[in-house]
Amino acid sequence: MGINVDKDKCTGCGSCAPACPFGLIEIIDDKAHINIEGCTLCGACRDTCAFEAIRIEKEIEKAVYGDESRGVWVFAEQAKGEIKAVAYELLARGRELATDLKTELCAVCLGHNVKQVEKLAFHGADKIYLVDDPLFATGSEDPYVDQLTRLIKERQPAIVLAGATPFGRSFFPRVAARLNTGLTADCTGLEIDTEKKLLKQTRPTFGGNIMATIICPTARPQMSTVRPRVFRQNAPVTGRQGEIIRVNFNKEAVTSRTRLLNFVADLTEKVKLDEADVIVAGGRGLGKAENFQLIRDLATALGGAVASSRPPVDDGWIPYSHQVGQTGKTVCPKLYIAVGISGAVQHLAGMQTADCIIAINDDPNAPIFQVATYGIVGDLFKVVPLLAEQLKNS
Amino acid sequence: MNIVVCLKQVPGTTEVKIDPVKNTLVRQGIKSILNPFDAYALEEGVRLKERYGGKVTAISMGPPQAAEMLRDAISVGADEAALLSDIAFAGADTWATAYTLGKAIKKIGAADLVICGRQTLDGDTGQVGPELAEMLGLPFVAYVSQIEEIKDKVIRLQRMGEDGYETVETALPAVITVVKEINIPRLPAFRGMMKAKSAQIPVWKAEDIGAEKEKVGLNGSFTQVVKIFFPERQHTAEMFSGDAETQVKALVQKLKEAKLI
Repeated sequence: MGINVDKDKCTGCGSCAPACPFGLIEIIDDKAHINIEGCTLCGACRDTCAFEAIRIEKEIEKAVYGDESRGVWVFAEQAKGEIKAVAYELLARGRELATDLKTELCAVCLGHNVKQVEKLAFHGADKIYLVDDPLFATGSEDPYVDQLTRLIKERQPAIVLAGATPFGRSFFPRVAARLNTGLTADCTGLEIDTEKKLLKQTRPTFGGNIMATIICPTARPQMSTVRPRVFRQNAPVTGRQGEIIRVNFNKEAVTSRTRLLNFVADLTEKVKLDEADVIVAGGRGLGKAENFQLIRDLATALGGAVASSRPPVDDGWIPYSHQVGQTGKTVCPKLYIAVGISGAVQHLAGMQTADCIIAINDDPNAPIFQVATYGIVGDLFKVVPLLAEQLKNS
Repeated sequence: MNIVVCLKQVPGTTEVKIDPVKNTLVRQGIKSILNPFDAYALEEGVRLKERYGGKVTAISMGPPQAAEMLRDAISVGADEAALLSDIAFAGADTWATAYTLGKAIKKIGAADLVICGRQTLDGDTGQVGPELAEMLGLPFVAYVSQIEEIKDKVIRLQRMGEDGYETVETALPAVITVVKEINIPRLPAFRGMMKAKSAQIPVWKAEDIGAEKEKVGLNGSFTQVVKIFFPERQHTAEMFSGDAETQVKALVQKLKEAKLI
């Protein structure tokens, strides 16, 4: 196991050294030396070597059960009986993956009295596996882990996708661990390698500084989580038919040991960030908590939601539920206005796919301008009220 | 209470820069740090020990230099530490990492609570905690922002959700991941630093924890990285000029044209 340089084949040409994203390769005495500490065995050097001198070896290949597996599944997350938008987004992308694989697209809906399940068909699902039980409404994630694991074992889909929501990021890895298969977190790109019939999963890593494309070559199913708003949902085709398959809840499979006792809503959030078309976000440049009123006023003028970068949340100016970025929410609105936000990569990771980004900042060199569509360099305390006023008038 | 805290050494990513010529990460001068989210996990473990008695063991899978980080963990209150370091562990995905940590926790034995940070700064998946819970066959609670009480082998805690806070309880032993709201990590005290200095930190290889070679590192990883590249940051913003009022007017005009307002 590991990575090796074949000293006979290596010419010391040096083309591998700059290919290493981690800068771990040195040319010593005309041969490439790889510093294994820090090496992730990503293979970037191997791919650039013209002499096939670099080899990455796995001792044991895992057993394949993949040939019988078929179908692309989307876990249709719901909360209190309402299906989340991310389910429709995944169905839109899942439809394309299923077409490339010439297979069916299925939605899996676990819940109690879930409303408008047929909408999953309107958004592209050929089949909908529906499991209804009051246990799904108790706030414990254990029944979801148990029942989804069981369904996947029984029906052996090739691919299963879930939203990288807080719930998805908590329960889906447990399913993957039980199934002994790979899971790729927070994908921003999903594609089929049609030749190998493999799912190519692309995700940002190192705070969005590096993109990695990952495959799950032999274990099945191939599993990914995808952040909300990364893919666009298709317009629903009302009346499109999908087969709704009601599956019995398997009580024996349940091992619920966690109980929800109480829920306290975070009352400051008026417009849901991950569903908003317009978002106005404030950063450290606002100076103090009271100045967030400027952001709220502008958001009100636009009918949008209020967001924040991390520093105001850390300083307690606004609750965490408003935070956009790597450790907060990922948003993809039509319009994102960043006010007094410098644009650290962690923040950009959460918002740079917005259709139109407006940056307002007094520092012309702020990185936020690199992702912005329109930029205003100026004093936000002048610009923002003027903008709110103009918008009210227009 | 036997508490195990899982730590990871990560590069301080806020300092990550890309060499514009070579298009690689500039690693020189970048210090390895304790993953910030894990600092909250460690602090919470120490606080629970102070509240209920017991022992905190810090573990980490990583290269030999991660021993220094574990020494730091002892300086802020961990009683013992062990480093899982073996060339066979290299290239592990989250499944193989969780498997390896699980084996080490079983070796330590009788853990009542396993605490992880919610995610790491570098890999950023947040998957190792929940996968570890399954490897150990234990209940799991993510995003814990407060531990209210532990009584009669039941833990009651607050978990941060999308729209608010939930109070949940679960049976011990259990695995939890914590968010930064849970505490403010302490700085090392003199006594802790002295203890850390003389602490023995064992290094465990695959055979020491009874891990099967085909389940650790690259061999044990179901996922495989096939390509690594740098995201394109292509365009620069269209900037407006003039005083604030002129700029705002120009902007509003653009937004109208784009039918965004």
